[in-house]
Amino acid sequence: MRNSFVARHPSVLAFLALLALFTLGVSVLSEGFGIGLISTSFVKTLGKTLCLCLIAVAMDLIWGYCGILSLGHFAFFGLGGYMIGMWLMYERTRLIVEGSLAQGALPPTEQEVVDAIGTQIFGVVGSSDFPLVWAFADSLILQLAMVVLAPGLLALVFGWLAFRSRVTGVYLSILTQAMTLALALYLFQNDSGLRGNNGLSGLQNLPGVEAPQAVISLWFFWASALALGLGYLLAAWIVSGKFGSVIRGIRDNEARVRFLGYSVETYKLAVFTLTACIAGIAGALYYPQAGIVNPAEIAPIASIYLAVWVAIGGRGRLYGAVIGAAFVSLVSSWFTGGQIPDLVLGPLTIKWVDWWTIVLGLSFVLVTLFAPSGIGGLFDLWQGRRPPDRHGADLGPDAGALREREATE
Amino acid sequence: MTRLMIALAALVLFCAQAMAQETTVQSVLQAHRETIEKGSRTSIGSAIDAIAASGLPQAQEVLQVWAAKEMWQRSDDGLFYRGTEKPARQVELFDFDTGQSFGTVSRDELSQIKPNSGVRAMIGTALVQFQLSDPDPTRRAEALDAIQRSPGADLLAPLRASIPAEPDTALKARKMRVERLLTIAFDPDEPSRIAAIEEMSGDLGVDMRATLNPLLVTRIALAEGLPETANIRREVKPGDPALGVAAAYDMLIAAGQAQPIPDNEARKALLIANMVDGQVAGVPVHRLDSQEARDAAYVQLAQAGLVPRWSTAEAPEVVVTRHRFVEVYSEPSAAVTEAAEQALAEIERRVGLNQAIDLGLDALSLASIYFLAAIGLAITFGVMGVINMAHGEFIMMGAYTGYMVQQVIADHTLSILVAIPLAFAVTFAAGVTMERLVIRHLYNRPLETLLATFGISIALQQLAKNIFGTQARPLTAPGWLDGAWVLNDVVSISYIRIAIFVLALIFLGLFLFIMRRTRLGLETRAVTQNPRMAASMGINPDRINMLTFGLGSGIAGIAGVAIGLFAKVTSELGSDYIVQSFMTVVVGGVGNIWGTLAGAAMIGTLQKGIEWLNPSNTLAAQTYMIIFIIIFIQFRPRGIIALKGRAAGD
Repeated sequence: MRNSFVARHPSVLAFLALLALFTLGVSVLSEGFGIGLISTSFVKTLGKTLCLCLIAVAMDLIWGYCGILSLGHFAFFGLGGYMIGMWLMYERTRLIVEGSLAQGALPPTEQEVVDAIGTQIFGVVGSSDFPLVWAFADSLILQLAMVVLAPGLLALVFGWLAFRSRVTGVYLSILTQAMTLALALYLFQNDSGLRGNNGLSGLQNLPGVEAPQAVISLWFFWASALALGLGYLLAAWIVSGKFGSVIRGIRDNEARVRFLGYSVETYKLAVFTLTACIAGIAGALYYPQAGIVNPAEIAPIASIYLAVWVAIGGRGRLYGAVIGAAFVSLVSSWFTGGQIPDLVLGPLTIKWVDWWTIVLGLSFVLVTLFAPSGIGGLFDLWQGRRPPDRHGADLGPDAGALREREATE
Repeated sequence: MTRLMIALAALVLFCAQAMAQETTVQSVLQAHRETIEKGSRTSIGSAIDAIAASGLPQAQEVLQVWAAKEMWQRSDDGLFYRGTEKPARQVELFDFDTGQSFGTVSRDELSQIKPNSGVRAMIGTALVQFQLSDPDPTRRAEALDAIQRSPGADLLAPLRASIPAEPDTALKARKMRVERLLTIAFDPDEPSRIAAIEEMSGDLGVDMRATLNPLLVTRIALAEGLPETANIRREVKPGDPALGVAAAYDMLIAAGQAQPIPDNEARKALLIANMVDGQVAGVPVHRLDSQEARDAAYVQLAQAGLVPRWSTAEAPEVVVTRHRFVEVYSEPSAAVTEAAEQALAEIERRVGLNQAIDLGLDALSLASIYFLAAIGLAITFGVMGVINMAHGEFIMMGAYTGYMVQQVIADHTLSILVAIPLAFAVTFAAGVTMERLVIRHLYNRPLETLLATFGISIALQQLAKNIFGTQARPLTAPGWLDGAWVLNDVVSISYIRIAIFVLALIFLGLFLFIMRRTRLGLETRAVTQNPRMAASMGINPDRINMLTFGLGSGIAGIAGVAIGLFAKVTSELGSDYIVQSFMTVVVGGVGNIWGTLAGAAMIGTLQKGIEWLNPSNTLAAQTYMIIFIIIFIQFRPRGIIALKGRAAGD
């Protein structure tokens, strides 16, 4: 295997090694299994960050490699969370309800159990009947399948409609944003069947598991790390082959790829659907660690932040997306956590909780203007890769092209 | 018949007058002394009627004094007086008949007559006949208001009597209208009621519908046991939306035609009650974990006679089909209900028509709001191809400018007049600054423009939050914009919305003027079509781009002032409109002001239309609208009005 996949892409091996080392390190320092240097809540934060890195990889695949700026991937993320949340909530409520009904004089019938679960779950929106979308909620296997199928199906239908009418560029971005807004508004209604703006809650408890949160949080952390590793490997494999060449071709000049005889729409649809499935899996791992999923998570702003992470990390390279998501989300939670002392500038006191968003927004503008390749670009500097200085001449026929840099690699 | 009634009423009044020649107010009051002292609602009627019918000139005053709790009774001789309270527990008394003062008396020698609220309402009704012919027109109008608030059968005769002498034509028309409504509701004479209903048929007033609806109140009853004369509307089958099987069965139980069936819960309780040594009817308790097992155990118990009989065969669904159920009007007269049904159908047809007009007006005003919000975007996005995610924040900036101006200038009209150009100036400057610093460097990278402007958008939003806080700031409209233009009880539109519509029209005209008649417009069009060619003709594309962007941003600022007038000014004001604005531009077709207009009209109409279909849910309306737009884009990917040929650019 002289020309093996790993040999051709040493960065993948490096990334996986770092991820494994990081996972091991956190496990050793954790409260659950190690010496207790890292608190459980911080383990959860790190686990959630890994999930965000996974969706950032998906975003990089669709935006950085295929050139489609999707502003709707958090819809798929949230949908994945809802799908696993339905099972978690149903199963946990079932255990509680069965426990309390067992105290009665007669053993409960199945119908009584289901009715009691319905009252428990939907009492908050003034209902007690299970809507149709909860049909599979009692089966972990089916609901896990839904984690992939529901976002995948939505992406397939939406993508098919959008790509076949040749909606491209900013139009497509706005359309994806409209999609996520529509989904969020729909879920906000009480009669959508998913508890309206209450969302699904209590997801941090695994039904039937007695282990403390310190241990459960580590399980999820490992699962997230595993998912990120596999997702990264899959994405790296996809972009390294012929398929990857075609989607990069689509990014750089769609018309030419079409004239070469490729079915551009099919390729786009495949990437869009695949990334939606990855986003769904990331969401299904994220929300049990967050404990609650509600429609506000799907609001358009979340998907735009995703684009921000990938842009700051450096799009068009998978490790850039991971770095961007991890860096920005961790720094964000550090700044908004209120642990940083206020900055006093004479009469003006800067509270970072209030001013962080402004710093983020402005630094985002600066990155877009002055460092289009983001933090990942530092690796280019380190390796001595530089784009040729063209003295301000045009980049080429397609505006969003990254062609130039790749040609020099 | 009506005339006879009036004649009768006049006769009664005349007789009362004749008798009153010898009487005084005091004698009337003394005649009913005991009931007045007692003040009970059930018996006080005769006393009030006697005063009202006495024909004495002071009768109205007496009733008013009584209702206002200003009537006092002297304890030693039981005479009634009007009294006003003075300091030191003194009361000054006045005689009712002469109006003379008796001087002040200590409260200890008096007792105050305090009618309860029920009695006061009865006095108020009696006072109506005086008020209806009061010389002051406002008092007469108030009396009519009171009648409409609480209509009653006893008000019909005084109202009719007051109509012929009414001098004011407007009031007379109103009195006649109220008289018709009271006739429909209370006249004992059936033909005159039907005549009144037919006469008023097609009237759009809410009060007319409120009068008709009680006539058409129905209930569902068992056909057996109803009197022959019952006014039946229709037969109802159990299972109909109006009558569930369970409700029908309950009715049968109440009529003694069926036995109550113990439901699952009741049977479960009976099973538990008959539990012996962990067994029910010989079945171990732990086996009773399915409905079938429980039913079987219950049947066993029933056979043993321990619990009421029950079997799955005697289901309510079967039993109810053996009986007839009918919907019965509470109103006994079939002719009246038929006329009322017809009149209501006619009214509903007209109301529907007017609601369509009202909906059209609503849609128009929503469309003009979207148009205002989107027109600036149409310039930057449509003409320059630059997508500006911070457009919503420029709208917000305009609204906050309006708020700041109102802090300085107290007069609302003046402050709005100052705020509009100032908002334009502020957002124009902000737009030009942004263009110079950021957008200029990203002209051939549209997706990155989108992201960079988004960064500015979140920064500006947070900045506004830091400066103005999260609570909503008021931007008050001038007084002359308060209220609404009311056509009838169904169709109305607020003046603010009309003003926004006019503003939208002005901007449409302004945009067309600038683009077609000015040097700037000419140059902008040239740069849009071919920047290099335009540059070689001596146009500076940089400057044109800057000015165009400034213009688009400035209009967003003015839109912000307009939107702030009816929405609360918060830092999220802009982001509420940004997606809809983009939709408007995309649906309408990029690069064409008429397209934006068509897009705004379509989205406004669509949203209002969907809201009308599902009025309780604006969220759902937005969801369906976005889905519709996604599908619409399938068929017209370039919008309603697409540029063709070279103007399309690609």
